[in-house]
Amino acid sequence: MEIPYTVEVRRDTGLTNGKIGIWLFLASEVMLFGALFASYILIRTGAPSWPRGDTILNVPLATFNTIVLIASSVTMVMAWASLMRNRFGTFRIYMGATILLGLVFLIVKYFEYGAKFEHNLYPSTNNFLAIYFTLTGLHMLHVFGGMVVNAYFWGPGSKLWKTNPTWFTQRVEHSGLFWHFVDLVWIFLFPTLYLL
Amino acid sequence: MTTTTDHAVDIDKHVRIYITVFVALMVLTIVTVAISYLHLPVHLAVTVALLVATVKGSLVACYFMHLISEKKLIYAVLLLTLAFFIALLALPTLTHSNGFWIHETVQPAASSPGTGH
Amino acid sequence: MSEQATVAHKRHVAHEAHETIGFWRKYVFSTDHKVIGIQYAITGLLFLLFGFSLMMLMRWQLAYPETALPLLGRLLGDTRMPGGTMLPEFYNELGAMHGTIMVFLGVVPLAVGGFGNFVVPLQIGAPDMAFPKLNMLSYWSFYLGGVVMLASFFVPGGAAQSGWTSYVPLAIIASSGQTWWLIGMIFLITSSLLGAINFITTIIQIRAKGLSFMRFPFFVWAQLVTAFLLLLAFPPLEAAAVMQLMDRVAGTSFFLPTGLMISGQTLQVAGSGNPLLWQHLFWFLAHPEVYVLILPAMGIVAEIIANNTRKPLWGYRSMVYSLVFLGFMSFIVWAHHMFMTGMGTAMAAFFQTTTMIISIPSVVILTALVISLWGGSIRFNTPMLFALGFLPMFGIGGLTGLPLGLNITDIPLHDTYYVIGHFHYVVAPGTIFALFAGVYYWFPKATGRRMNETLGKIHFIGSFICMNVVFMPMFILGMAGVSRRLFDGGAAYAFAGPYLHWNVVSSWGAWILALFQIPFIFNFFWSIWKGERVGDNPWEATTIEWSAPSPPPHGNFAVIPEAHRGPYEYSVPGAKKDFTPQFEA
Repeated sequence: MEIPYTVEVRRDTGLTNGKIGIWLFLASEVMLFGALFASYILIRTGAPSWPRGDTILNVPLATFNTIVLIASSVTMVMAWASLMRNRFGTFRIYMGATILLGLVFLIVKYFEYGAKFEHNLYPSTNNFLAIYFTLTGLHMLHVFGGMVVNAYFWGPGSKLWKTNPTWFTQRVEHSGLFWHFVDLVWIFLFPTLYLL
Repeated sequence: MTTTTDHAVDIDKHVRIYITVFVALMVLTIVTVAISYLHLPVHLAVTVALLVATVKGSLVACYFMHLISEKKLIYAVLLLTLAFFIALLALPTLTHSNGFWIHETVQPAASSPGTGH
Repeated sequence: MSEQATVAHKRHVAHEAHETIGFWRKYVFSTDHKVIGIQYAITGLLFLLFGFSLMMLMRWQLAYPETALPLLGRLLGDTRMPGGTMLPEFYNELGAMHGTIMVFLGVVPLAVGGFGNFVVPLQIGAPDMAFPKLNMLSYWSFYLGGVVMLASFFVPGGAAQSGWTSYVPLAIIASSGQTWWLIGMIFLITSSLLGAINFITTIIQIRAKGLSFMRFPFFVWAQLVTAFLLLLAFPPLEAAAVMQLMDRVAGTSFFLPTGLMISGQTLQVAGSGNPLLWQHLFWFLAHPEVYVLILPAMGIVAEIIANNTRKPLWGYRSMVYSLVFLGFMSFIVWAHHMFMTGMGTAMAAFFQTTTMIISIPSVVILTALVISLWGGSIRFNTPMLFALGFLPMFGIGGLTGLPLGLNITDIPLHDTYYVIGHFHYVVAPGTIFALFAGVYYWFPKATGRRMNETLGKIHFIGSFICMNVVFMPMFILGMAGVSRRLFDGGAAYAFAGPYLHWNVVSSWGAWILALFQIPFIFNFFWSIWKGERVGDNPWEATTIEWSAPSPPPHGNFAVIPEAHRGPYEYSVPGAKKDFTPQFEA
């Protein structure tokens, strides 16, 4: 049984099901991270004092990570563009780069967290660290999730290119939208936690 | 959905945009970190940082996520989400601002949110 | 005749194609929206029964405080009811879990997961949902959440016992059952989010040709708005649940203020947190959640009223606009649950105003449904009886909400039995009646058989009377000032003395209400095998689901239907029959 508009767009909306689905999911993610930002605002404005981000966190390392994530966003969109240009080989290179850059991000975070723990700085130490670990932790889980999906499309999922290249391209695009969103969240997270 | 070859011409234009946006994002990242070293007063620092972040975020959304050429339905969903996002961010804090808007004639006792009730 | 033979042949072919899928893929891990819908419905009904049972236990304690419950009491063991007498901790477990189970494991899964999944694709002429595999994932996420919630009763310290609202700091220092509650909620929220994505995409994209938005059955509109509520309101609670988990397990102080003392000892945490933050995030979800509880019910009632008055709904357009406006407003009223937390007068005025405004669309919808009855040829079958019963019950529920939404009158009423009376009127003889109506109404589509009318009428009359016996006295108790969540129903307070007998009345109402569910349960299962067989459209209805065979095969329609007109073309002047189906050319 075929579900219509999985691959071809519906005329009046101009969209496929998957495109709507992923944007709806991202809308819910906006509310998820929004709640954490709202919590940050309420806790910070109510706290007797609040440390400036750079007094506790490693700004140069995080700046590097920001550049890494933005770069991975570029490679992600280039991966999709390669498919649109019918260049599967180039797609694999760019997608691979995206996954690797994601891995670099995670590794840097591993060292960042490790350094905190070594100095006895835990979520329980104070609210700044609590919100820092929670926000970046949740973000990190999203990076990981995105990487898993990307790895699937780089690896076993790429078989779909041979049987249904249009749908494969669309699915990569949807995965890309999620990945860009993860980058977008970091673009706000980084200054909020590290610079203010 | 049109075939991939039809899009090839459009894609070249898009790729140029992606590279431009990438460069812009890199520059803005350096800018926002540099400004932070100025240690501006908090309200100014927050405003500037959020402004830069919004510009960066908009670039990612508009060009990497193709929002600039998306369909009306998606815009509608995102607009709705934005409205509720703003409500979520603003209302809880406003609810605990003493005498917000209306001048309190009776001082509420020890009601700063940090200590709770 | 030949059309029927074609349909029968197609059904046979579809059935044969299905033979190659094993039992597990066909009935357990199915991606067919009808199977998933039935799974949700049955699981939801079972949880409703379980949640009801928890309440019946509580009502013993409320009617006869600290008296041993005969027979059952001792079975529950010494940690819960030593010597058959309920411990306060167990009472609190029952209270918190009754609320949680009824809302998140009972009503929503049945109303949205059950009815939504089964009916919506059929009503829009779709072969299935847009994302069938995601649909299956939604169900099993819900199922896992349910298992976690049930399992929490058996951990040391018992289940969550800090109210269905899990207010902090109490919930943070509570026993491990609360951690299970939080984890369970994360599964349930995930289920709802995935489901919401599916509903919105399906309704917008997979609707049949000719089915424009203003030709949707009202039920479809209701499910669409409900899906948006779930999509955008649930994530903040998920974030809050993660933060509460962190406070409980990782020693953070998101919600713990500085200097908090427990049993004379200062809690050793960083402090500087805000307990009200939890309330904001919780109610940001929980207010739209109550509209999630009522909207599908209104949808069901609308369908049944149109069908059984043999005339179009009055004010369909106004109802749709009201529905959309209601959905939007529901996101900016939440702090009316927090009037007593010390908020500034301006914000209290803001939330009071939005709350008053939101009552308007509700009234529009209810009024339109009532006016729809005027001049109708009313058929008083069981679905219609429940639908009619819904109207005044929802009316009482809605009206009693008004003093709660105005912050001055909320002061004496907040956290009293008045609140319990208010919301139960809306959900119990409100939503649950609509859900019963829906079961009787769509049972023939799902099974090809009708439920027994006599048993249905007994179910209705008994339930209607008993619901009022249970909940009406609560307004009296509440206005007298008796707080909710008191494990003795107010017996410790002298002022409550003259009103305590109402607790006994409510309790007996509840136990007799339970007896009247027996004809329903029996009827439901007996009719699956022995019910009177019916054709595809036994109610002579106009909406598209009635064009599919009963029950519909995988893929629903042999030929994808097309909508040629609005959803409620009943008694069209000059037409041969008193109904002109949407799907008829």
